[in-house]
This record gives sequence, structure tokens and C-alpha cells, in this order.
Amino acid sequence: MDHILSITPWPVVSALLWFVFLAAALYLARRTAHRAIHAATEAVAQGLRIAAHSVAAAESRLTARNREVLLAAGREAKERIVEREFVRVGETTRKDLTNYPALHRALSESILRIEEDHQKAVEVPPEAPGWVRAVEAVAKIDAKNGASDVLADIHRSMVKAHNEAMQAYRKASAERHGLLRQMMPEWRAIQETLGRVNKVIESLLTRSVAIDRHMQEYEDIVRGQDRAVSILQSSSVVQFFVSALVLMVAIGGAAINFSLIARPMAEMVGGTHFIGSFRTADIAALVIIMVEISMGLFLMESLRITRLFPVIGALPDKMRVRMIWITFSILLLLASVEAGLAYMREVLLQDELATGALLRGESGGELQSQYLWITTAAQMGMGFVLPFALVFVAIPLETFVHSLRTVVGLAGIALLRVFALVLRVLGNGFRHLGMLAERLYDLPLFLPLWLEARRSATNGSPAARDMRESPL
Amino acid sequence: MSRRIVLAALLVLAGCGPATPRNTGVYLLLDTSGTYAGEIRKAQQIILYILSRLEPGDSLAVARIDTGSFTEKDIVAKANFDDRPSAANREKREFAARVKAFVEQSKPAPYTDISGGLLQAIEFLNEKGPGRKEILIFSDLKEELAKGYIRKVPFELKGFDVVALNVTKLRSDNYDPREYLSRVAAWRAKVEAGGGHWRMINDLERLDGML
Repeated sequence: MDHILSITPWPVVSALLWFVFLAAALYLARRTAHRAIHAATEAVAQGLRIAAHSVAAAESRLTARNREVLLAAGREAKERIVEREFVRVGETTRKDLTNYPALHRALSESILRIEEDHQKAVEVPPEAPGWVRAVEAVAKIDAKNGASDVLADIHRSMVKAHNEAMQAYRKASAERHGLLRQMMPEWRAIQETLGRVNKVIESLLTRSVAIDRHMQEYEDIVRGQDRAVSILQSSSVVQFFVSALVLMVAIGGAAINFSLIARPMAEMVGGTHFIGSFRTADIAALVIIMVEISMGLFLMESLRITRLFPVIGALPDKMRVRMIWITFSILLLLASVEAGLAYMREVLLQDELATGALLRGESGGELQSQYLWITTAAQMGMGFVLPFALVFVAIPLETFVHSLRTVVGLAGIALLRVFALVLRVLGNGFRHLGMLAERLYDLPLFLPLWLEARRSATNGSPAARDMRESPL
Repeated sequence: MSRRIVLAALLVLAGCGPATPRNTGVYLLLDTSGTYAGEIRKAQQIILYILSRLEPGDSLAVARIDTGSFTEKDIVAKANFDDRPSAANREKREFAARVKAFVEQSKPAPYTDISGGLLQAIEFLNEKGPGRKEILIFSDLKEELAKGYIRKVPFELKGFDVVALNVTKLRSDNYDPREYLSRVAAWRAKVEAGGGHWRMINDLERLDGML
């Protein structure tokens, strides 16, 4: 530094001279330096812009791909729902309407019987014709002409005939009422039958409304409408979180299951062997749990509750039923093994406690609670039930896997969007940085630039005008 | 593709290769000399504590220190615990019973051959080959060799932990503590010269760090 400032006896003068030399050099190289700065920063900015475009294109492709995946998943789900609804309609029709001819015949017979009974009920006993007129004629005969006896006889006969007619009438009425009474059960039967038919029809109508709704949504999906995509997206995200939550619960259950069988497993495979850095007993216990989960998956697939393995779903029904029984048998076997291991765990625990107490010099090693069987039974029960409970992991797992594709796609889109934005901002930043660097370069050259501007202004050249107008 | 499969198979085979042992081998030397015989009951408690800490697959041997300790005859009890926890527990109980019988019938020895016991311990543990080797010396570290016993042998203690337990002070140590300190320092130097790691635990209430 001292050497630089020693070109004249006065350091200040030396510094001033250096400044003048440097300014002159910078002024002379100004145009080239500006071009170099501009080229460098513009190259970086251009590169970043191209990268941003590329990322944006990738984001667009991913968006399109995600949309396709989402629509395909939605279409498949809707097809399954509609198919299920049709199966239900089919079952209802088969179960309730297959015997419709018999129902119709029963109704017709009931109506026929009612008609017959009704016909019978309307027949009334005939009245004795002309009696009233005969009575009137006899009543006009003078009683003194010895007709009183005749009249008395007639009266008696009439009373008798009246009584007989009344009895016949009552009998006929009773028969009619009897017939009407017989019609009541038929009416009720008809009412019940019609009620059943009404219920079936209402059920079918409800199902048809649901099918209409699902078909409408299906059509929206097939057309690829934005509304349908939006609904599917939100539904997929919700399903992802819900299934993840249920899977966490299942993992907790598997962990408890593991702790139940890991200790006694050491009795079977030894407690001191290691595979890598893991105990063989722990790995064996884990394998059992994994096999149980796998069997559960296969069982669910065979039952066509989940559709993770299309091969199983496409198997012939006979083979599928065989698979159901085989997987269920293996599960039952493993559950029984687990129950046994859970019992063994309790026995080992008691043994260890007793040994520990003996080694500590305590006398209560053999003291056992009378309620110990409760924990033993609970452990055995858990050991038996948990494998079957883990079977149902297949359902949230399927949902998780399907929704994961969408959620990962959405996350990727968001990431690419942010990345493209950052690249764009950086590109613009470099361009402005170049301009700033040019201005900073010109900063120490304010004096020659000012002089140049003045000279140009005096000359009145267009370049000078430009110089005047452009900021330093 | 086939190369990848071969590589994966090699990796799996490498993972299944012979693993380094992870078990522990413990050799406890019990000083039964006249000056220390009274401490034998404490030793029994330590042995029970060690038994409670050992896992299936570990090894334990208890040997007494007497006039000539470089012999298998001085091993009071030894066990290589079974892999199965239930069998290991049974063996621990049997071990505890053997130690109890020894403690009840133990007689004081006229001399104290600690070096011979240490050599025997090294040989025993090297033969067992556990992953971790611990030699516990329950003694006042005052060695007294009978005439004719030569123990100027360097100890090969690389990979060994040597723990001196309950190193009591002798009457003479009370007059001149330098004796005690120099005794302990001499043993530490011997062990560390052999490549071993030396520790001393006198507070028997705090044995947590022993194993």
C-alpha cells in the first residue's frame, strides 16, 4: 500500500494520481465493460428464465397427469358405486319381484273370492207377494157375516207366516254378515300384499334416484369437468388424512401385538441371535405380524372388499372361495399361536419376577395375585383378536395408496410452482443486478461522463442528447 | 439386470454373515485371604446383582483367590447361560444356590495370589470369546505370594474391563495412606500396561456402572 502511495512524495497526490489513472482506464474500457457485465448477467438471467419455463412446463405436465389420475380414480370409484347400486337393485328385484306372478295370482284369487262373497251377500230372501192386498180384502168383509173366525184364522196364519218370514230373513242376514266377515281377511291380505309391493317400489325409486345422482357425477367425471376434478381433489386429500390416521392406529395395534409376542419368541428362536443389528426373536415376531397383515390383505381381496391385487379379484369364484378359506385358516392358526405366545409371555414374566426376587434376596418371589388370571386372559384375548383386527388394515391401506398418488401429485405441483417462481425471481434479479453493476461501474467516472455530456450538449449531437437524457 | 440381482444377493449374504458376538463374559475373583474373608457376604450380594443383570447367552464364572489361583480348581461356579430366557433363569437360580453353598463353607486362605487369578480369568474369557469381557476383583488388592510362586508375567488385557470392587483399607493403610494409594496405582498400571481398562468401585450401593 505504501509502495503504491509513494509514486510522489505526497501520498494524497499519489492517491489522486492513481484515481485519475484508474478513472481514465475505466472510462476507456467503459463500453467493453458494460457489454461484458450485460452479457454475463443476461446469460445467467436467460438460463434461469429457460429453467423456469422448463419447470413450469413440467408442472403443467404433472398437473395434467394428476388430473388424469384423479379422473381415472374417480371414474373407477363411481363405477364401483354404480355397479354396487345396480347389484342392490338386482337383488331387490330378484328377491321381491321374482314372485310377482304368484303375488298377482293371490291378489286375483282374493278379489274373485271377494266378488263371489259380495254376490252372495246381496241376495235377499223373497217376500210373500200379495199378502197385503189379501189382508185388505178380508178386512173389508163384514165381521158379522161369520167372517170373524175366518179372520182369526187368517190372523193366526199371518202371524205364523210373519214369524217364519222374519226367521228366514234373520237367517239370510246372518249368512250375509257371515259372508261379509269372511271378506275381511281377504281385504287385509290384499292390503298387506299391496303394502309390500309399495315398499319394494319405493326402495327401487330411492335407488334409482341415487343411481341418477351417481350417474350424473360419473358423466361429469367422464367429461372432465373442473368441478368434478375439484370435488375429487378435496375428497382425495380428506381420504388421505383419514386413512393415514386409521393406519397410525393400526400401527399402534401392531406395536402392541409385537410386544405381546417378541419376548416369548426368544424361547423359540433364542434370545441372543442377531440378524444385522436386530434380534432374531424381534424379527421373527415382526415377520409373524407381517404375515398376518398379508393374509388379511389377501382375505380382503378374495372377499372383493379391496382391489389392490387385480389378479386375485379376477380369479374364478371357486378359486376365490378356496383362497378365502385358506387365508382365514392361516389367520386362525396364527391367532392361536399368538394367544399361546401371549400366555407364554405371562409365564416367562412370572418366572423372571420370581428369579429377580430370589436374586434380590426377597422372600415374596412365589407370592402371586389371585387376580393374575385376568391379565393372562386379557393378553391371550388380545393375542387372538389383534390378528383379526389387523385384517381390516387393508381397507384404509387401499384408500391411503390410492389417495397418496393424488396427494403426492398435488405436493409436486406446489413444489414445482414455487421452484418456477424462485427461478423467475432469480432471473429478473440477475438482470437488474447487471444494470446495477453498470451503474456502479459508472459511479467513479462521474467527472469524465459529465464532461462528455457537456461536450456533446455543446455539439448538439443526438448521442449527446441521449447521454443527457440517460441517467448516470 | 443380472448384475444387480447378484449384487443384491451379495449384500444379503454379507448381512447374514457371522456377526460379532454381543454377549458379556464376567469373571469374578473373590479374595478369601485372612484379611478379607469377612467381606465374603458382600461378595454374595454382588454376585446376585451380577446375575440379575446378565442376559441369556452371557457367561459368568466365580473363582476364589487363594494361595495358588492359576488353576481351574479355584473356580467356584461357572455358567454359560442358555439362549432361552426360561432356561437362563433356571441356570441363574442354580448358580445362586452354588454361590450360597460356597459362601457358607468358605475357609480363609493363607496367601493371596491375585495375579494367578487374573491370568486364569484372562484364559477363561478368551476361551469363551464373548463380545465384552469383564474381570471383577473383589479384593483389598494386597497380594501375598507363597514361596516358589512366580507371577512376573505380563497380562494381555486388550479388550478387557478390569473392575476392582470393595478395595478396603488395611490397618497399615490407615497409618500410611501412601501404601493404599501405591497399591491401587500399581494394579492400575499393570492392567493398563496390558491394554486393559481399569476402574474401581468402592461404594457397593452404586453398582449401576459395573456392567
